[in-house]
Amino acid sequence: MSTTVTPDAGHEPGHSHHHAGPDVPVTYGLLAEFETGDAMAHATAKATAAGYTHLDAYSPYPVGEAADALNFPKSEMGPVMFIGGLTGACAGFIMQYWANTWGYSLNIGGRPYFSWPSFVPITFEMMVLTTALTGLFGLLAICGLPRYNHPLFNSKTFDRASCDRFFVCIEATDPKFDLVATRAFLNDLHPLSVEEVME
Amino acid sequence: MHPLIKSTHTGKPHDLVSVGNAIGNVVLDGNHPRGWWIGFLAGFAMLQVLALAVCWLFYMGVGIWGINVPVAWGFAIVNFVWWIGIGHAGTLISAVLLLLHQKWRTSINRFSEAMTIFAVMCAGLFPLLHMGRPWFFYWLYPFPNVAGVWPQFRSPLTWDVFAVTTYFTVSLVFWYLGLVPDLAALRDQAKKRWQRIVYGLLALGWRGSAIHWRRYEKVYLILGGISTPLVLSVHTVVSFDFAVSIVPLWHATIFPPFFVAGAIYSGFAMVVVIAIPVRKWYKLEDFFTEHHLDIMGKVMLATGFLVTYGYFSELWMAWYGHTLYEWGTTIERMFGPYGWSYWCLIGFNCAFPLTALWSRKMRTSPFWMSAICISVLIGMWFERYVIVITLAREYLPSAWGHYAPTLWDYATMIGSLGLFLFMFFLFLRYLPMISITEMRELLPKKQGGGGGHSIMENAP
Repeated sequence: MSTTVTPDAGHEPGHSHHHAGPDVPVTYGLLAEFETGDAMAHATAKATAAGYTHLDAYSPYPVGEAADALNFPKSEMGPVMFIGGLTGACAGFIMQYWANTWGYSLNIGGRPYFSWPSFVPITFEMMVLTTALTGLFGLLAICGLPRYNHPLFNSKTFDRASCDRFFVCIEATDPKFDLVATRAFLNDLHPLSVEEVME
Repeated sequence: MHPLIKSTHTGKPHDLVSVGNAIGNVVLDGNHPRGWWIGFLAGFAMLQVLALAVCWLFYMGVGIWGINVPVAWGFAIVNFVWWIGIGHAGTLISAVLLLLHQKWRTSINRFSEAMTIFAVMCAGLFPLLHMGRPWFFYWLYPFPNVAGVWPQFRSPLTWDVFAVTTYFTVSLVFWYLGLVPDLAALRDQAKKRWQRIVYGLLALGWRGSAIHWRRYEKVYLILGGISTPLVLSVHTVVSFDFAVSIVPLWHATIFPPFFVAGAIYSGFAMVVVIAIPVRKWYKLEDFFTEHHLDIMGKVMLATGFLVTYGYFSELWMAWYGHTLYEWGTTIERMFGPYGWSYWCLIGFNCAFPLTALWSRKMRTSPFWMSAICISVLIGMWFERYVIVITLAREYLPSAWGHYAPTLWDYATMIGSLGLFLFMFFLFLRYLPMISITEMRELLPKKQGGGGGHSIMENAP
């Protein structure tokens, strides 16, 4: 998909992201390849300092400095999982209370129907269960995963983002994106390569 | 500090690519050592025994087992508690050691988590089979039904259903989430088309974005944080199955911590028993070193003493408490018709391992560690047997009875081991047994790694 580029679209500075038609490849962004995580984090910081906003860094293992450079110092997963866990705990407790007090009340050794200490273990288990499930599904939903394909997978070098290479991609949707100027900017950061990735 | 990753077999230091190849190519090349085939076929053969035992059980009913009144649970609960205890080491290694920043966990957490999942599957089998009508298993869960019947939530058996179900689900989530970046690595380095498709689908389109990593690490950290109390709660609830009753020697407050310590003890033993041959077959000694054996030996020494303290405390409380039934049951336990099992427990679980584990030479010797760990696994099985067999002689002599397992009890037990081995060897074949991502992160910076950053350290 990335192999054919018609001369009149895509390569024109400043107009790289307009949708000329269904058959014309559109630039997704410029992908710079680095050898180390530090170089990637450094390049990310430089790019945000230069005013780029639509960009991301890609690495085989987490590089916290890159996320910091992207102005994403704290993830939103903590509150999401907290709400999930709280919901599960409440639902678990209410379920037991209702079932053993109103739904199907059994006299067990003369204990009160609403014997709340006995409901603690299941309340706890339900909290853990829902926290974990909110974590998994919340993470996938917020990250937009699972997805079957992504423009970055059109790149020839991006295979190594899960192995031994570190990438920074400035996306064409960025207001400051300009195919020539952005490429020159990335080249100044001493990458191993800079590649134009098509949608 | 000891190097957690040694150099490669050729003597060169590891880099990002060589770590990926050493671990990932086991899966991608599909060349398997003879040991894999022996283990897999042994597991598969034992799995057939399970199939046979289960078919016969479904046809005839639980009468084919040795269970009776007073010993109504028999082998089913012995094996249930044994397996679930083994499972707990996986969560302990992946969650508790994560929170404690123990970086040596990285080389063993993946297959310990796999061990957890398969052990919980084996554990879950026994209560299901013991039900007599296992096709009604869903009656254990609360669901709206025409009879208007709901579970009795004040019973530890109902707590157990929720605890084990939650434990299995959360372990699976934790394991899968840890696998996602590795599956993406396998997808990108796949050598065959089917690998690209299957690992590609399982990797969910993961591309290692810095934003995604930050969220991922947060989720992973919180999962570690909630799995830690979870693992304690699960074995506590398992011990409540006994401790909430009024049977002498069961009705004891020491049961929850005592059970948890025993679970860790046997679980670590199982990890070592599996890891020693596997690292040899797949030449992964670079990642699972003598240093790991040494630390695991120390953990076992500590938990072994906790368990031994439990045995002492049971004895002490029975004597000091001056209750006729507690003391009488203790005497029956030690010198009664099943007294031999008590002394097997002391020998296999305390006497041999807790003397041998003091020696560093023994802790770092694969042979001795295997011997010690097998002894612990047998000893911990006997511990549960001794507890369950207490029912044979408790209060009134007129209610005393005998218990003898039948051939089908043994067949189901051997069969569950077969299920475990079968699943485990399939896991070795199709999924990376060590976390590639975390191993890469652990490499020093000049070898391309994250300089010993462990996952979650940049997860604010």
